[in-house]
Amino acid sequence: MIARDPWLAFSRHTPARIALGRTGASLPTQEVLRFALAHAQARDAVHLPFEATKVEAEIRALGFETLEVASAAPARDVYLRRPDLGRRLNAESRARLAARKAAPVDLALVVADGLSATAIHAQTAPFLAAFKPWITKEGWSVAPVVVAAQARVALGDEVGELLAARALVVLVGERPGLSSPDSLGLYLTFAPKVGRSDAERNCISNVRSEGLSHELAAFKLAWHLKEALRRAVSGVELKDESDLLLLHGAPPPALTGG
Amino acid sequence: MAYVHRIGARSYVFADLKELMAKATPPRSGDMLAGIAASSAEENVAAKMALAEVPLKAFLSEALVPYETDEVTRLILDTHDPVAFAPVSALTVGDFRDFLLSDQATPEQLAALAPGLTPEMAAAVSKLMRNQDLILVARKCRVVTCFRNTIGLPGTMAVRLQPNHPTDDAAGVSATILDGLLYGCGDAVIGINPASDSLPVIDRLLRLMDEVITRFEIPTQSCVLTHVTSSIALMNRGAPVDLVFQSIAGTEGANRAFGVDLKVLREGTDAAAALRRGTVGQNAMYFETGQGSALSAGAHHGVDQQTLEARAYGVARPFKPLLVNTVVGFIGPEYLYDGKQIIRAGLEDHFCGKLLGVPLGVDVCYTNHAEADQDDMDTLLTLLGAAGVTYIMGIPGADDVMLNYQSTSFHDALYIREVLGLKRAPEFEAWLERMGIADAAGRLLPASGTHPLVGFVKEQAA
Repeated sequence: MIARDPWLAFSRHTPARIALGRTGASLPTQEVLRFALAHAQARDAVHLPFEATKVEAEIRALGFETLEVASAAPARDVYLRRPDLGRRLNAESRARLAARKAAPVDLALVVADGLSATAIHAQTAPFLAAFKPWITKEGWSVAPVVVAAQARVALGDEVGELLAARALVVLVGERPGLSSPDSLGLYLTFAPKVGRSDAERNCISNVRSEGLSHELAAFKLAWHLKEALRRAVSGVELKDESDLLLLHGAPPPALTGG
Repeated sequence: MAYVHRIGARSYVFADLKELMAKATPPRSGDMLAGIAASSAEENVAAKMALAEVPLKAFLSEALVPYETDEVTRLILDTHDPVAFAPVSALTVGDFRDFLLSDQATPEQLAALAPGLTPEMAAAVSKLMRNQDLILVARKCRVVTCFRNTIGLPGTMAVRLQPNHPTDDAAGVSATILDGLLYGCGDAVIGINPASDSLPVIDRLLRLMDEVITRFEIPTQSCVLTHVTSSIALMNRGAPVDLVFQSIAGTEGANRAFGVDLKVLREGTDAAAALRRGTVGQNAMYFETGQGSALSAGAHHGVDQQTLEARAYGVARPFKPLLVNTVVGFIGPEYLYDGKQIIRAGLEDHFCGKLLGVPLGVDVCYTNHAEADQDDMDTLLTLLGAAGVTYIMGIPGADDVMLNYQSTSFHDALYIREVLGLKRAPEFEAWLERMGIADAAGRLLPASGTHPLVGFVKEQAA
């Protein structure tokens, strides 16, 4: 009954759903179900409760201090409708960060659930483990890692400002795709403050084992951060030239050489 | 000027036309986010009732976005054709709905009327229309465009083959092009959203598609959906650019956020026209739009997102595009919350575009953080097929692995053709038959593993 497509072998060249076959005009049952499962997983990634405490514990185990904050969005459905609330701290979190009267640091790191808690749960610890050697190598001073719930990228601006950081990196759960429910995004902003625009950020996307590896992402981020601090810019004026330093497609190690 | 409508003991007052339009809009999350939506269901209907009494002419004297500071408003008002407008110039918005639905409003009448209508008039009347009204009137509007085939003929619907790949890999892109062509898709355009902004990468994708189209003599056109300035740069260095793409919006400020203005769109149009790569015609622009883009850019002037979307079609119109599509569910639930809002917006966008004489297709789509699923897309696709949509997207298995959203699939295109008897662009339909992909009736033949297109992918992979 099902007409198979004789070019199935080409699916090794692309993750796209090619050569699915058909019954009449329609998808075979197996493909309808496979799609439904992928959609269900992506939906669950959007709505999965963020396990902030567990993520904090994993970050502390790597030797970082941590702080927990929340955005002004009280619940997930409000968060999805009101991106403006997800970009600002709630009053309690703001007061707590302000009371720290932080001494200036080079870098603030914010871990934000974004649109995929699944991504944060899966990628945060391995990514930070890969990035930590670069912090050590460059001698950057770092504020406690802030773990933020119901948070979008721009929430980091307020955090970075309150923590007196020269530069901000937000680790955020990216909008889940059907084939990538657990993808992490990294956003770098020089001189973070409330009101920064997306054009003033650099983005490193698709960080996950099947996409950009943790090691390569850590190298790229370190390159961007070093350049941002040296040239005092981020965003469209800072073009990615980190590929020039790759050795046969692999990043140079953080703790040896240079 | 203020507008007042009384319901029982209560008077509803709307400070100006902009507020009236926003409050008359069917509910959607983007207008709520902007703080301009009606605050109750009754206020929404009161605004519709007041809007029904407004003369169409009012839109020529009361600009929703200031004329002095917005070049889109200037474009719309300065190019308005009063002669074409004359037959409806005495009507109110409510009368205009009745006229559009009447037997007097023939396809010929509506085509002649288009230059006399402003986007704001189209948006206003759409707010008084139910979904069936939007379908019925759009179906009567004919917009035909040509490049290497003829798009928009009655009884046809085209498909953009969208072979995106997360790393722009030549073999991966080729495999998806093959998949789409052998499923009978690709008459609107073979159009890639590149993962990279790098000009050498885009140049390579353009040459790849040019080679497929040339070698197999496919009556279609290609496009890499990159910024208009990149396409101009590529044309200057001799790259085979068929269609020039650009995302556009309905205000000068929102277009600036896309890095464009009317001047650079004109440069892109002129550069593509000079190449004369079309064989049947020279409509060489491809625009994408979507409700919410102006609010997202902080350039909405307090105007509702559906009216601004219609203004984007006003931006597209003078450049005589081959294709324009709204990416209706792409931007996210903060603008269109669920399946119901996406379906309504898709029908509104299609209606407004067609009424204004723009070749409107729809990317029937949603993201995973919206309250929508494949059933909603089936519903919208079926309604748009009935409304005579110019084209839809074709993506393998509906899953765009580069942009991370779901659209319509090659299978979906087969479905709607079978249910509604819709044909492809005639030149492309004839090619499919010549290549042994479909029979004379357009029905797919059993697939062959030795088809010459299969050999092309093997070459790219080698």
